[in-house]
Amino acid sequence: MFGENFPLLSLLVWLPILGGVWCLSAGTNENARPIALIVSLATFLLSLPLYFEFDTTTAAMQFSEKLSWIPAFGIYYHLGVDGFSMPLILLTTFTTVLVILAGWEVIQYKAAQYMAAFLIMEGLMVGVFSALDAMLFYVLWEAMLVPMFIIIGVWGGARRVYATIKFFLYTFLGSVLMLVSLLYLHYHANSFAILDFHKLAIPMTAQILIFLAFLVAFAVKVPMWPVHTWLPDAHVEAPTGGSVILAAIMLKMGGYGFLRFSLPITPDASRELDWLIIALSLTAIIYISFVAIVQQDLKKLIAYSSISHMGFATLGFFIAFDIFEQTQSFSGGAMAIEGGMVQMISHGFISGALFLCVGILYDRLHSRQISDYGGVVNTMPRFAMYAVLFAMANSGLPATSGFVGEFLVILSSFQANFWVAFLAATILVLGAAYTLWMVKRVIFGSVANDGVASLTDINMRETVILATLAIVVLFFGLYPAPMLDVMHTSVQNLLTHIAQSKVM
Amino acid sequence: MQNILLTIVLAPLFGAIIAGLFPVSRRVAHTVTIGGVGLSFFLSLYVFKYIVLNGHGPYNETVYTWLTSGNINIQVGFLIDSLTALMMVVVTFVSWMVHIYTVGYMRDDPGYQRFFSYISLFTFSMLMLVMSNNFMQLFFGWEAVGLVSYLLIGFWYTKESAIFANLKAFLVNRVGDFGFVLGIAGVLMYFGSLDYDHVFKLAGEGHAKDVLVQIIPGYQWSVLTLICLLLFMGAMGKSAQFPLHVWLPDSMEGPTPISALIHAATMVTAGIFMVARMSPLYEMSETALSVILVIGAITALFMGLLGLVQNDIKRVVAYSTLSQLGYMTVALGASAYATGIFHLMTHAFFKALLFLAAGSVIIAMHHDQDIRNMGGLKKYMPITYWTSLIGSLALIGFPGFAGFFSKDAIIEAAHHAYELQRPGACFAYYAVLSGVFITALYSFRMFFLVFHGKERMDEHTREHLHETPAVVTLPLIMLAIPSVLAGMLTIQPLLFGHFFDGAIFAAHAVFDPEEYHGVLSMMVHGLTQLPFWFAMAGLGTAYYLYLVNPAIPKVIAQYLKIPHQILLNKYGFDDFYQAIFAGGTRDIGKNFWKTGDVKLIDGMLVNGTAAMVAFFSSVVRHLQTGYLYHYAFAMILGLAVLLGVFVLN
Repeated sequence: MFGENFPLLSLLVWLPILGGVWCLSAGTNENARPIALIVSLATFLLSLPLYFEFDTTTAAMQFSEKLSWIPAFGIYYHLGVDGFSMPLILLTTFTTVLVILAGWEVIQYKAAQYMAAFLIMEGLMVGVFSALDAMLFYVLWEAMLVPMFIIIGVWGGARRVYATIKFFLYTFLGSVLMLVSLLYLHYHANSFAILDFHKLAIPMTAQILIFLAFLVAFAVKVPMWPVHTWLPDAHVEAPTGGSVILAAIMLKMGGYGFLRFSLPITPDASRELDWLIIALSLTAIIYISFVAIVQQDLKKLIAYSSISHMGFATLGFFIAFDIFEQTQSFSGGAMAIEGGMVQMISHGFISGALFLCVGILYDRLHSRQISDYGGVVNTMPRFAMYAVLFAMANSGLPATSGFVGEFLVILSSFQANFWVAFLAATILVLGAAYTLWMVKRVIFGSVANDGVASLTDINMRETVILATLAIVVLFFGLYPAPMLDVMHTSVQNLLTHIAQSKVM
Repeated sequence: MQNILLTIVLAPLFGAIIAGLFPVSRRVAHTVTIGGVGLSFFLSLYVFKYIVLNGHGPYNETVYTWLTSGNINIQVGFLIDSLTALMMVVVTFVSWMVHIYTVGYMRDDPGYQRFFSYISLFTFSMLMLVMSNNFMQLFFGWEAVGLVSYLLIGFWYTKESAIFANLKAFLVNRVGDFGFVLGIAGVLMYFGSLDYDHVFKLAGEGHAKDVLVQIIPGYQWSVLTLICLLLFMGAMGKSAQFPLHVWLPDSMEGPTPISALIHAATMVTAGIFMVARMSPLYEMSETALSVILVIGAITALFMGLLGLVQNDIKRVVAYSTLSQLGYMTVALGASAYATGIFHLMTHAFFKALLFLAAGSVIIAMHHDQDIRNMGGLKKYMPITYWTSLIGSLALIGFPGFAGFFSKDAIIEAAHHAYELQRPGACFAYYAVLSGVFITALYSFRMFFLVFHGKERMDEHTREHLHETPAVVTLPLIMLAIPSVLAGMLTIQPLLFGHFFDGAIFAAHAVFDPEEYHGVLSMMVHGLTQLPFWFAMAGLGTAYYLYLVNPAIPKVIAQYLKIPHQILLNKYGFDDFYQAIFAGGTRDIGKNFWKTGDVKLIDGMLVNGTAAMVAFFSSVVRHLQTGYLYHYAFAMILGLAVLLGVFVLN
């Protein structure tokens, strides 16, 4: 569709950012909404060629663009995608459309600014996923905090200030250490290109230190236990759209960071310390599931569920070493990493959908307490259908996308160690327990109070949002092959890369 | 062929979508779903004829590739052999009958369309399960039937007991599935594929036979035993085997038609089907078979006992289902897979019949399910009466009825395993044998209390008692026919012939074709055997206790207070699970949250860091007072120290 040198990625970064500026200048809420919708839709449509024109036979970066940015330090404006980043970019552009729609009538206070914040956020997130220059990556990574800070801080709930500060400091702490590592790498590679970092031979001690610095940065984002406590607070205080973006995309940056930085740059340290990540992932899956069971706040419950599900992504990425050791073949490791990737993407859809469901209830009753609901199905039958579907997807029911990632990670980790698979598989019971117990208390039962009796079922706009997500969740559950096919070459490339020692 | 198979699967799904997602009238909803399932039934008959009778042999094709990862291809496809074809016919036939019956049973229910949508969706899922040619799709069907079961148990969602029961059913099943998934992972690891074809072929060649794993340090286990036991965990959940049986009695909170279809005839037998399907694996593990034998025997005997003290008509039948599932499991454990499937089939017919008959009684009684309030219904409901009698006789294994052949075969198989000295077989043999007495006792206790004796219902109900309409009684009659005939017509090919050749694998034949001398001689022979006399004793006891001398059961309960209480408490499993698992989980969760997250991480680490920063800055602040003379004094002090160092050096 586009020529060889068409700057598609730049367009996807800058179109929403400029759209955001346009929204701000539009002034009134009424003008800003259609602008935001059109811009986000256009961005989404423009991102589709990334998928359809993606070359699945090469692991090289595609749709590359490279311009000199700060020549004095050798910093480039360098964009490009491979099988890891491309699906995440599509996830970003897709989710933003839904978020804009979800905030349509709901946000009355400074709607133009609200929409602008999300559009700018979108551009920055696409930038993070496509940046191939470490400095560019770092700048965008940090810049992302600003719109999110504003979104929670301005449109958030009662304790929004506490939540924003916590969110900001937590993530900032992590990324500062990452900056130090990037500077070290630049010093030795004499370049800021991430792909040059991949080729760099690094002594073991340095690898360990770099790995740990990256770990702090990415673990906070994922988030992994024990640096996860900012997430429930941020989610609870964030407006619905903020929660959706947080859960669906920002968390994925941690996982993406492991794939783009930790594994290829410090493969030996990753192999040495994989037990740590596996242990933390399993802790996330089990410990956090137990915590999720007893939550009384809907958003907190889903936030904890997110942490637990992201444990599968990190588990999949790092169990690959043990699988290789046990089987001497890349096959199992590929399955684990692809399982982790699928889990990230699918979790984007499902957690987004669940937060939107909570938002729909919150818009009506202004409560997130489970105890304030009960018997919602009586007054909102169509809503209940979607809610139960997404709950089932969250419990990993086959035929929904939630099943695929978990299934692949459990299947592959069995090849590394029975007990790892055993502990990971507890999600089947625990995940169903916290999700369906919530469904029982909120959706089923007889009408609990006057509030629930007064509920009106979802309107056209809400139906469109939920139905779109439902279709996507079911489609990738019934036919996940298209999602995996774009990753194979990149995953193979990563595996051959990390199988070689980089110690000097 | 593929198009026919796709139609069989998709016709019910189409019906489910139309009835469920579109605002259609009741008439359209039941027409499209009954039509869809009916079409599936007739096409299944055709497939049965094509594959089995015409001898075209197994069909195994891929429909599409679900995903590729590493060097593993996971596909969606169909494997149709005699086992599958038989299951397809049974499933679609019972489902079709239940669909028709539902028109009458749910006539006044506001969720009419939704109900039809669910049961059609169930039929689709169950067909996917039995027709699968790989483990992933099996698991898909496995979970999908679980989902529909969840939705249907909680169909009346305003009933607190119903939404408790459906959550319980789903979670208990998930405990089984937890093992099941690990079993599938084991299969993938040691056989390198999830396709039945590939796995069974390797298993037949003795692949992985001598591989040992060490899961707990110091204990070597055969890989196949491990895989088989993990897979069987799934079967224990789905087929409600001890100790994962607790969900099935509670599932009776759902409408009666689904109790018949899902919780008696089809879904709960998925575990039995699965083990039979995996017979090439299970045959390799004597240990796994022994475990299955013992679990089945415990379920068969002890769940039957619980049926004796139940007063809810559906719960009696539910415990009877548990017990009969135990019988099937015993057959599997005795390597008599074909016998297990044979009983699965006959049981599907007569148990669906019994449930639907119970439903018919419930309609007539205005949804009162307590058998203590019934009695003497025989004269009001002749069709229900006679079909129930047929169902009960089939259940207790009266010679000539379907259950006689299959149950006798199971007892025979258990005896055979006993002779082969398979561990646990001795217990299993005596359990299934004494189970016959129990079965007859609880079946006819219910039968006599409902249809004979004093009319104990209130005046209002009595006035309105009448036979249920034709949409209800027609399925009863249709199911009564195979409840009589299914055994005698099929026993020869199924147990003594070559029906399951290539589909079910058993190292030793349990039944010798030489010993088969026709149905009639089996029946005559049966009259001289222990099971028959046990059944007669049970029937006679029930007759004496509940018709001749109805005061005695109370006296017995008085004398045997403690055992009676234990039975009423269902051996305490429900309370135990509720306290330990449900309660324990919540306690652990609370502690992790309040102590781990709130106190330790947030309280000490996060806010502690903030507090520490605040503390240090409050100390360090004194260095920056803003007073010029403080700074000047510090400078002089510093100068003095520097000078001193310089001079001393």
